[in-house]
Amino acid sequence: MKPIVYREIEGRSAGYLALLGVLGLLAAMGLGSAYYMEHHGHIVTGMTNQIVWGMPHVFAVFLIVAASGALNVASIGSVFGKTMYKPLGPLSALLALALLAGGLTILVLDLGRPDRLLIAATVYNFKSIFAWNMILYSGFFAIVGVYLWMQMDKMMYKYAKPAGFAAFIWRLVLTTGTGSIFGFLVARQAFDSAILAPMFVVMSFSYGLAIFLLVLMAAYAWSGRPLGDSVINRLKNLQGVFIAGALYFVVVFHLTNLYFTKYHGVESFILLNGGGITSLFWLGQIILGSLVPLAMLYHPKLGKSRTAIGVACVLVVLGGLAQMYVTLIGGQAYPLSLFPGYQESSSFFDGAVHGYSASLPELLLGIGGFAVALILVAVAVKFLRFLPESLDNHAVDPHGK
Amino acid sequence: MSEKQTTNESRRGFVAGGVAAAAGLAIAPGVTLLDMAHARPENEAASGKNRWGLLIDTTKCKTGCTDCVTACFTENGVKQGDKETDPQWIRKVELKDLHSNKTASLPMMCQHCAHPPCVDVCPTGASFKRVDGIVLVDRHICIGCRYCMMACPYKARSFVHEPLTDQNPDVPRGMGCVEACTLCVHKIDRGDNNTACAEACKEGAILFGDLNDPESEIAKRVATYASTQVRADLGLNTGVRYQGI
Amino acid sequence: MGIPTIKTMGTWLASLAVVLAVGASSLAVADGGAKSPREAMLEGVKGDKCVAPTDDMRRNHMKYLKHHRDETMHQGIRTQQFSLKGCVECHASPKNNSVVGTNQNFCQGCHAYTGVKLDCFECHATKPKATAAFHPIAGQTGGLAANMRKEMGSAQSNVAGAAQ
Repeated sequence: MKPIVYREIEGRSAGYLALLGVLGLLAAMGLGSAYYMEHHGHIVTGMTNQIVWGMPHVFAVFLIVAASGALNVASIGSVFGKTMYKPLGPLSALLALALLAGGLTILVLDLGRPDRLLIAATVYNFKSIFAWNMILYSGFFAIVGVYLWMQMDKMMYKYAKPAGFAAFIWRLVLTTGTGSIFGFLVARQAFDSAILAPMFVVMSFSYGLAIFLLVLMAAYAWSGRPLGDSVINRLKNLQGVFIAGALYFVVVFHLTNLYFTKYHGVESFILLNGGGITSLFWLGQIILGSLVPLAMLYHPKLGKSRTAIGVACVLVVLGGLAQMYVTLIGGQAYPLSLFPGYQESSSFFDGAVHGYSASLPELLLGIGGFAVALILVAVAVKFLRFLPESLDNHAVDPHGK
Repeated sequence: MSEKQTTNESRRGFVAGGVAAAAGLAIAPGVTLLDMAHARPENEAASGKNRWGLLIDTTKCKTGCTDCVTACFTENGVKQGDKETDPQWIRKVELKDLHSNKTASLPMMCQHCAHPPCVDVCPTGASFKRVDGIVLVDRHICIGCRYCMMACPYKARSFVHEPLTDQNPDVPRGMGCVEACTLCVHKIDRGDNNTACAEACKEGAILFGDLNDPESEIAKRVATYASTQVRADLGLNTGVRYQGI
Repeated sequence: MGIPTIKTMGTWLASLAVVLAVGASSLAVADGGAKSPREAMLEGVKGDKCVAPTDDMRRNHMKYLKHHRDETMHQGIRTQQFSLKGCVECHASPKNNSVVGTNQNFCQGCHAYTGVKLDCFECHATKPKATAAFHPIAGQTGGLAANMRKEMGSAQSNVAGAAQ
């Protein structure tokens, strides 16, 4: 078996520069939006005192969840010793770091006082799961950074496995932490559930792999490097398993809530009469985001088409954003029950379903975070050796195992 | 006033003391000179011996009356508005029993929990509980993440969405931070021994006092009559109690 | 709210252009080109003495204020000496009854001159509660102003030093 040779992409083509140009513009628009929001206050967003977390958080949480999932491919190689996945490890770790950076950029720029970030980084309330997440995020950068070094430095490669193991554990804890941001909210009926943590973990597998597949196929197609079906088939089958896994958790979550009478209100809001939220759940998250890609990936014919696989992955990403929207916005739109058994009304919208429509700046901030992540990847693969020269069937799997 | 003052302090102290005394005499009903005598010296920290709270009698609270809300907003320099982005430190909630159609009206504000979820979730510790039970936001370290608003079961917190000017000097507040009812902490600290909402209620539906002092009116009433905590199932041990619901 | 109006879109595009032009470093500290804070220091001060010697205040007021702020906020200690409210009461300019607003105002004048971001008055009142006219010692301005004028020669070099 020939050793895998990693090489930078050339990165001088018009296409590459155009890609960077478009991403750069999107990132700049995101920053502009953040400045605009910072200057005028959150009054220029769709967020209110009823819907306190909005579109920026949908994007940020999605990216943070996807980040830990993107690391999976590397973990399968290092931790579970699957040879075929090892050449994909560096890209997987790079993507994980980039997605996390993109997500955190959004989260930080949405703060009411982003200028006080230093306080958030230095003053901790250790009972806060949010504070724990900040530690988990910084730790993720450090551990995955080291893991990346171990993978890419021949002298250090012998430590790649323990580093990969540490990164794997860390990423599981990290997504547990992200899910718990919502799971620990005792006040809100739509959250307040331990299942949110494992559900977010499985969703991270799915969202992260979908983005990884898209980046991998794009990078190899645009740089003209060979990418064999052997790699793609393995990954797309895995993608299918992850989609089904996420779906399973969604079903269990709602079934449990449906069994408890006290949750019937919020469940019927999400599943039946929540208007846009309900459509987004069924059409976005379940049908287009889960069932359709699942069918496409396992379809005997479509499952072999790169285009179809790409479309399926895009659907998973969009479905993931829909899921985050339903979870975050839907969970806040349904009114808090202060006095169970009573109908409530007040000048502060008690007892009323809260409306939300994202304003352009907050949408652009979210997209800007995506762009930041992709810029980091595009620039990194130009200057460092992340991508194997070839991932054809023979290079990755000489014995056809 | 503290008896011993440094030379440097004396002029400022004298001036401000004069102002405070003048204000003290001008203070409206409920505050007597006796209360002033019991005021905590300004250089003494709040004490864990106290647990400030409110007892709200919903049988006295009138539907449609918003005197407490107006008084609160005036006292704290909050502009009253009806947009979903406008802050509301206190609001009147109208209740209707789904089966019997019994109605009730009550003011709802920060419940000053003994175990506040907002304090638990705050990443920087900006959301905190003072030793005397008052839950506050330290806006100097609030980063505006709004996690406390997600965590509060009472919708008691508001985020300031717009730039503010002309704040009340006693109640600093500004854009990008979260805020809520402070139980008129500035009034408590200067010895008013009452909140703006309680002072304003003509029906006497709101009673302010020290839940820890068995001799206080509020403690006696809580010990004598049935009172409830909103969302008592959460076990937060609120400092605001309700009668009649 | 959801759909931005033409006006908000306009300001939004304008700020986008600003950001594209100057990059993300838009958290500007203070307006440059401020002249000596001397005038600001002299204007509007009441009485003849600050709560601590002028040199001390000039160097350490931020420490005193921060210490006092934490004590007040978390423990309810509301002593008068280093209360920000006290600063405003004494130092508000008679022109706009404020400590900020123009570079002739006490706080802003010096902070603009030294290029230090002033982060108090987004939340704290910039004006005293009682109007300056009713201030008990509003009339007795001579003392402090005279003292400061005497000190200004050396103060100038101190302030310039702090700026670097």
